Amino acid sequence: MGMIVSLQPLLQVENLITGYQTPITPPVSFNLYVGSILGLCGANGVGKSTVIRAIMGTARIFSGVIRKNAHIVHQAQHPVQLKQMPIRGDELLRLCGVKTDNLPQRLQILLPQRLDKLSGGQLQLLQIWACLGSGADIIILDEPTNNLDPESITIVHEGLQQLQPHQAALLVSHEATFIQQTCTRVQEITHV
Amino acid sequence: MFDSWLDPLFHLPLLTGLILTILLSLLGVYLRLREEWLAALGLAQLASAGALGGAAMGLPVLAGSALGASIGAAAKNIRVGWGNETYALMLLFGWSVTLLLAANAPHGEAQIQAFIDGQLYFIGESHLWTALVVSAVTGLSLPYWSPRLLRIRFFPDYFRANNLPAWHFQLMFDILCAIVLGVASVSMGLMAAFALVFIPAWLAFTWARGWWWTVFWAVFFGLVAYLSAFICALHLDQPFAPMLVACLLVLAGVVWAVQRIVIALTFS
Repeated sequence: MGMIVSLQPLLQVENLITGYQTPITPPVSFNLYVGSILGLCGANGVGKSTVIRAIMGTARIFSGVIRKNAHIVHQAQHPVQLKQMPIRGDELLRLCGVKTDNLPQRLQILLPQRLDKLSGGQLQLLQIWACLGSGADIIILDEPTNNLDPESITIVHEGLQQLQPHQAALLVSHEATFIQQTCTRVQEITHV
Repeated sequence: MFDSWLDPLFHLPLLTGLILTILLSLLGVYLRLREEWLAALGLAQLASAGALGGAAMGLPVLAGSALGASIGAAAKNIRVGWGNETYALMLLFGWSVTLLLAANAPHGEAQIQAFIDGQLYFIGESHLWTALVVSAVTGLSLPYWSPRLLRIRFFPDYFRANNLPAWHFQLMFDILCAIVLGVASVSMGLMAAFALVFIPAWLAFTWARGWWWTVFWAVFFGLVAYLSAFICALHLDQPFAPMLVACLLVLAGVVWAVQRIVIALTFS
């Protein structure tokens, strides 16, 4: 018996023009299929993160269509950082349904610490792992390499290479090298 | 010293206050996480307005108080993103209505004084039963709204992105807070109810190593202050509410000092 592969995309974006008070992006179209890692790249200000926000439902859609029929998790470009966060790393991961055994050593040491005691990079890495390990169908990472050192970037890269068969990932990054090395497909957003 | 508060006459107020203290300290942790602790003062003030307004219409004080705070909680959910300015307006509205009603109602002045002093030693069985029912509802519903409130705090887009409704567990939490604050304002005094929401959670947030430890320490600090105030107010023949607020302030000072000593010893 061969494996049945669904040709139906998990996420369809067709001729999407999105923004806030006014449109920001040019028309954007792409499909995200199971097993793929799609990278969105483009110049600063072209609206890569705004496309993500439109998918998440927090940016205004001026035209076009977004079809999503899957469980989505999202690591925002600027993770929530409260002045006081008395929640530990392991509690955050469990909240997202992530198993805390067999984590990379770099993450293991973050588990017993309060989130407000972590550096920006450590918190970023933990939140990315909360998405990667959640078991969601679509994992959206917005500028995941921000604040990360090379070792942490490697952890994110390896985590993305170990997606489960039902999963797909959508990445936004201005770091061309990371996108090229990590993604199975790259789409550039440009103003015509 | 302990004879008076071991008197069966005081068992009912002691038990009612214990239940309300646990509830207020617990809910205060979540209100602080949501940066909505000022809303508690607004809701408590609306509870006092509701109690006086309800009394004028023939409603029991307890019901009027819970209703007043619940209307505030429901209004808070009409528009997402209301912040401290709205809670301050809620507070001022409740204060203004309370004093105007008190000035024009028979026994209004006495009722205002009851909200200031706290009437814990004079409450009836209805207060205890209400506290027990609310605590049962809170305990049973906690596993439902607690992880969702945490998730929406750290991943605010999650529910919207997945077309999952978020309003119902937020409204449930707000209504629970409103009812507890309403009952507590009538039983323990308005400022005492607010102080039990604000101070134990504030101390626990700086102290605890983990979420459930934060909840534990908040409830612990609340109970220490409450039991101290219960004994002191009886022994010294003082009004309960200001005594409880004073105990919470002293406790805050002690915890702050202990933290400074621990930090100094750690880095010396």
